[in-house]
Amino acid sequence: MLQITDLHTYYGESHVLQGVTLAAARGTVTAVLGRNGVGKTTLCRSIAGLTPARAGAVVFDGNDITRTPPYRIHDLGISLVPQGRRIFPSLTVQENMAIAVNTTRSQGWDLQKVFAVFPRLAERRQNRGNELSGGEQQMLAIARALVARPTFLILDEPTEGLSPMLVAEVAGVIRRLKDEGTSILLAEQNAAFAVKVADYVHVMSKGVVVHSTDPVALWQNEEVKTQLLGVPAAVSPPNTRPGT
Amino acid sequence: MTYLITQTLNGLFSAALLFLIASGLTLAFGVMKIVNIAHGSFYMLGVYIAYTVILRTQSLLLGAAAAIVVVSALGFVMQRFFLRRFGNDPLAQMMMTMGFALLFRDATLMIWGGDPFTLQYPGWLRGSMEAGDVVFPYYRLFVIVVAALVGVALWAINEKTLLGARLRATVDDPEMASAMGINVTLLSGLVFAAGAGLAAFGGVMGGPILGGYAGLDFDLLPLAFVVVIVGGMGSLKGAFVGSLVVGMIDNYGKALVPELSYFTLFAPMILVLALKPTGLYGRA
Ligand SMILES: Nc1ncnc2c1ncn2[C@@H]1O[C@H](COP(=O)(O)OP(=O)(O)O)[C@@H](O)[C@H]1O
Ligand SMILES: [Mg+2]
Repeated sequence: MLQITDLHTYYGESHVLQGVTLAAARGTVTAVLGRNGVGKTTLCRSIAGLTPARAGAVVFDGNDITRTPPYRIHDLGISLVPQGRRIFPSLTVQENMAIAVNTTRSQGWDLQKVFAVFPRLAERRQNRGNELSGGEQQMLAIARALVARPTFLILDEPTEGLSPMLVAEVAGVIRRLKDEGTSILLAEQNAAFAVKVADYVHVMSKGVVVHSTDPVALWQNEEVKTQLLGVPAAVSPPNTRPGT
Repeated sequence: MTYLITQTLNGLFSAALLFLIASGLTLAFGVMKIVNIAHGSFYMLGVYIAYTVILRTQSLLLGAAAAIVVVSALGFVMQRFFLRRFGNDPLAQMMMTMGFALLFRDATLMIWGGDPFTLQYPGWLRGSMEAGDVVFPYYRLFVIVVAALVGVALWAINEKTLLGARLRATVDDPEMASAMGINVTLLSGLVFAAGAGLAAFGGVMGGPILGGYAGLDFDLLPLAFVVVIVGGMGSLKGAFVGSLVVGMIDNYGKALVPELSYFTLFAPMILVLALKPTGLYGRA
């Protein structure tokens, strides 16, 4: 579905992605893990077209989208839930979603379904983006991505700054989307969360993927956990339910 | 009292013209952060193009339509093929618009010469309204009403339509707007074109009174900038309020202390900037 080959991305002279290669299979949740600053967000931005790679290729459903502009990538079916939510502050909840709606794909989410699944957003539909709590903003950022009816969803740190209850809600949404057939790329620092929802995980360090495995194997690999993910050795394994 | 009412109406007329010019300037700034020195030229070109078309066809409506279409197209091309190349360099963009302004000035001189002229009044708007001692030309009243309607229309588009939501999203965060499926480049070009067209329409509206002459472009530009800066760069509401403030002050200033007309114009701007650097309705 999505094939990334030897991707090199720069910010000016700063060489951030130094040859990332990974694939995300259709209908699966692929996690990209790693400490702060390893290049997860840059990878998401390169896929979405916001910081196009200088070398390498991003191929989506057979189309080379490496240098396609972001609005066209969005139309092709890739939606981004950016780190930090990036809700439009002067737009209402409803408008935040309305501008992203795409009906070229006949099946999928619309505002009605969003309001049914996220009743909180229905209550707040006339509130402006800057009047929402962090949790509401995160739900809106996800909803805004969904109304574009993506076949591929990029979630960049969706649990950052959320309460445990909301983290559980995000996990529920991810599982639901996966059941609906949406393919997902999940960039997370929170490895304990990611291994619960992911089918496959890639660990990044300094702009490259250094370790790829399934979530259970990852969680049993103390070396990777402590050195690359910053998980203290003492943390006990979560209820790992890969792929559920 | 009569004097007060007349001066206030004159102030409203100035405000109306200023709003037609400044609304496009502020919208372009909001979406693209472009400080457009050529915006006064759009107004001027509007007057000249309308003049030529009206001479040939005797139709005010055709003249207005031609002015709007031609100047909008010019604005679109300018943004699409020139300004866009300097997307993240405001200084380069500003210098480029300065170059265009000089180009338009010289082209206007070459094509039309420097002789001043005025546009005809529409026949049905000749004469003046008389209420007690107050006498006020129907045409000026008409311009005030038209500008108010344009203001309402722009507000409605911006606040109530999907296009308006896309515009506001682009002003808020252009990068995220593009990630959410908005063709920001195209939208920017259209906004720039619409702003140019609005200025040209302002030129047609002001034509029967201010007319056209060499130097008109740079006479109006500082006024438009004061409006936009007082109101807040990028804010439509700011352009509306700013036009009223500047229109009134400029009129009363010129009527009461004509020798200080630049002081009365710029003093309020400096005051607003000192108290609120982003202007009345600008965002940080
Ligand atoms: N806009 C930017 N300009 C320059 N450097 C950046 C920018 N964004 C991120 N970086 C740098 O790129 C590297 C990777 O950052 P990022 O992709 O955000 O990592 P992660 O999401 O894994 O925390 C970091 O060293 C960061 O400082
Ligand atoms: Mg990040």
